[in-house]
Amino acid sequence: MYTQGLDSLGKECLHTSATDTAALEERFQGKVDADDKIEPKDWMPDAYRQTLIRQISQHAHSEIVGMLPEGNWITRAPTLRRKAVLIAKVQDEGGHGMYLYSAAETLGISREQMLEQLLAGTAKYSSIFNYPTLTWADVGAIGWLVDGAAIMNQIPICRCSYGPYARAMVRICKEESFHQRQGFEIMLALARGTPAQKAMAQDALSRWWWPSIMMFGPSDGESRHTAQSMKWKIKRFTNDELRQKFIDITAPQADFLGLKIPDPALAWNESTQHYDFGTIDWSEFQAVLKGNGPCNRERLEARRSAHEGGRWVREAAAAHAAKQKARAAASQAA
Amino acid sequence: MSNDWPLYEVFIRSRAGLEHKHVGSLHAADAAMAVEHARDVYTRRQEGVSIWVVRSSDIVASDPADADALFEPARDKVYRHPTFYSIPDEVKNL
Repeated sequence: MYTQGLDSLGKECLHTSATDTAALEERFQGKVDADDKIEPKDWMPDAYRQTLIRQISQHAHSEIVGMLPEGNWITRAPTLRRKAVLIAKVQDEGGHGMYLYSAAETLGISREQMLEQLLAGTAKYSSIFNYPTLTWADVGAIGWLVDGAAIMNQIPICRCSYGPYARAMVRICKEESFHQRQGFEIMLALARGTPAQKAMAQDALSRWWWPSIMMFGPSDGESRHTAQSMKWKIKRFTNDELRQKFIDITAPQADFLGLKIPDPALAWNESTQHYDFGTIDWSEFQAVLKGNGPCNRERLEARRSAHEGGRWVREAAAAHAAKQKARAAASQAA
Repeated sequence: MSNDWPLYEVFIRSRAGLEHKHVGSLHAADAAMAVEHARDVYTRRQEGVSIWVVRSSDIVASDPADADALFEPARDKVYRHPTFYSIPDEVKNL
């Protein structure tokens, strides 16, 4: 959906002095303030570019690594219908990774560089994907909670100031609307099933709840990037605002399922018209982020081996294309 | 050797934030002229804020005659749509 090679700068920034830079920055911020979109050829502050490269590539990596926990259940889905749905969902995530990598490429980083960063372990991706999927109910919990939280995060990005990211997000949000529903449907089937099935659903909710809540990132006071990102309109709501919104709509859904959210402090507060909730254990989040979650090594290892395993296919395709090109050239010369 | 100007496909972004959309084609001696001609041919009533031009010969297209076979894989996958899933009315915000 994007044309590559648009990362070269426009004429206006070829010869700029310090005073010009200040003027350019002012014009840039004016555009952002007016809710105008920044496009690849527009002048942008370097920090804006770097922030977007970091955020969009992390987002892309998350989609790619996110295929692994669910992919784990494709061969063991309980029915053909569930299997077809799960394949479609994992396929979407691969596609979403591709949309996002190309959006990042418009900022001047190459696909190869991003892949290298992921495989070298220097790039981050959403820490939620470093948790294991132990039972079939985990597939339901991921769709309901993890995709639910992701959608909550992503909808405001549809209005992000950077055009290619905003447009990719519109497409992704539209496609993801089935992901959360299929997850809830799985949870509902289990919650209405045998006592063992209901227990399995409860166990999945108990394990996925807190990691999902942490998906919104550190609390506002601790979040290093929030203020600048909001000024640039890369971000529209703070982490805590989105987290609260997610809890407010998810708690009644858990009630409907007859399942218990593993937070004794969770309670509706009539005066604030929001749910109160307990303290988040950020030490766990930090540990997982630093590479010490249950599956960090396994996930990276799976990506590396997929990349290595696919090498001969990429090489064969390139060799085939070169041969076709040479043949076409030869027949033209003849 | 022919001196005919090559054909360019024209894409216009109608409003800031939207994607460029194909609007048609025109002949021009080079890319810079194609952009100017595109402005005169396709945006006389301020239809756009940005123009892309691409040599028509650089576009690789699918064959409409193959459309049935090409798009067949998506035909039986209604479960890619949210309406495929039944969620009770009492459950909100899904």
